[in-house]
Amino acid sequence: MMRKTTNWTSTILIALGSLLILFPLYMTISIALKNPEEMAVSIFSLPTGLHFENFRNAIEATNFFNALKNSVVITVISVVFILLTNSMVAYAIARNMKDKFFKVLYFYFISAMFIPFQIIMLPVVKVTTDLHMNNIVGLIILYVVYGLAFNIFVYVGYIRSIPYELEEAATMDGASTWGTYWKIIFPLLAPISATIGILSCLSTWNDFMLPLILLGDQNSYTLPLVQYVFQGQFGTDFNLAFASYLLALTPMVIVYLFAQKWIIGGITQGAIKS
Amino acid sequence: MAKRRIAFYLMTIPALLLFFTFHTFPALQGIFYAFTNWDGFGESYDFVGFKNFVNLFKDENVINSYIFTFKYAIVVTILINVISLLIALGLNAKIKFKNFFRGVYFLPNILSVLIVGFIFNYLFSNVLTTWGAKMGSEFLSQNILGNADWAWIGIVIVAVWQGIAFNTILYLAGLQTIPKDLYEASNLDGAGKFREFISITFPLLASFFTINMVLAMKSGLMVFDQIVALTGGGPGRSTQSIALLIYTGGFQGGEFAYQSANAVIYFIVIIVISVLQLKFLQKREMDM
Repeated sequence: MMRKTTNWTSTILIALGSLLILFPLYMTISIALKNPEEMAVSIFSLPTGLHFENFRNAIEATNFFNALKNSVVITVISVVFILLTNSMVAYAIARNMKDKFFKVLYFYFISAMFIPFQIIMLPVVKVTTDLHMNNIVGLIILYVVYGLAFNIFVYVGYIRSIPYELEEAATMDGASTWGTYWKIIFPLLAPISATIGILSCLSTWNDFMLPLILLGDQNSYTLPLVQYVFQGQFGTDFNLAFASYLLALTPMVIVYLFAQKWIIGGITQGAIKS
Repeated sequence: MAKRRIAFYLMTIPALLLFFTFHTFPALQGIFYAFTNWDGFGESYDFVGFKNFVNLFKDENVINSYIFTFKYAIVVTILINVISLLIALGLNAKIKFKNFFRGVYFLPNILSVLIVGFIFNYLFSNVLTTWGAKMGSEFLSQNILGNADWAWIGIVIVAVWQGIAFNTILYLAGLQTIPKDLYEASNLDGAGKFREFISITFPLLASFFTINMVLAMKSGLMVFDQIVALTGGGPGRSTQSIALLIYTGGFQGGEFAYQSANAVIYFIVIIVISVLQLKFLQKREMDM
């Protein structure tokens, strides 16, 4: 009985709406490729010649490749450690919920989800500076530690749906707790780890506030932070500024173009299961 | 068995220590400093009791930042939820190029909030004004970000443009959990589209509605990146959010203790609102 024919009203409305999403991105690309003379003629038109010198200048002005390297290093290492450590803590908690210590620990971690970062923001700079951690290493540690609140909530829910039998069989065979976690549980967590990995990757890559307050050395700045710092130097050279913005947005857009189905699927799966 | 217990403790205690050092301890420090007059860099400070808290309630800047933040968060939460629900319904219908459009609508979610803010800043100041001038509208030919009464609308537009992406995907996930045969039954009964939405779709999306409302409200109350990129809190202090005030006052204004007190109040406000929202919305879920 389902209507098999295409719903054209919805298709047209969705298409019109998507223009609103795409228009600012079209403007970004087109301005990044123009020069000021072309801008004066029309802001909206397609660029006539492709002014790739905007990109060359932006790369030089902002030391783009250095910032790109910092962002990649911070994001990749943070996500790997989040997946390995947060799932392990969640495993220990999920399998000992009857024990008071682990139960308290569970609520201790997840209650942090309600604490706004602003209450920690001022003192954490003091703590990290005292420990000489106001650098990339410190930033990565904070991302991994702060991930615990939300990730333990999600992982514990998922692990409790995994039957005990598999682990019992492994223990019979003489596997240690570590071995059981690593060989049996961690692989079973793959679907939810994908969701957590995607969300952590996006939030770490695009984070602005933590790098802003924490990183002291300009050589360790991330891509968003560099745009902020150079905002003044771009001045009214919008073509240079937009070339720089486009460069900063592009790496994630490329990842998205290839992994779009997987990224959206991962978030959808995570939303349905938890 | 003892060995197993030791392993479980070893798995959790390092995380507990790190979490305490970098999350709980700074939070306690923040609460501690809220009762002092420390400026953030000096050697000494004194205890001042509840003086900071009393002064907060008399401080016009603080009160204005709360009013602005609430107004902004409520409007953004409503708009994001209404629009993303409509988009999700559209994307869930039998449309052409479904995967392509789904990809387009999710795209803003992968972009840096700060950089999107910079891009829109330019669109508001140079592109929309050109358009406005061409159309001969005096109102549209001025930069709304430069107008103390209208700048907040500009920030709302950017937050909604970007925020609908994630909520749309969550609603879309919710729509996929609704069994198709429910609609077939209602089709036979001759229920209209609107009736179908009210009596089947929306009640079954209740838990997704709850989570989307709470998420949108929380990120609305914590708005920071958009404001840095679009207005810097101006014109004047008309778009200064609570988070921005704590940042600028605490790090640059020598108000470490005072803004710590502000953060404590802000923390209480967020807790109260989250709990109220959850209670109210979950009660509604039960009733439906």
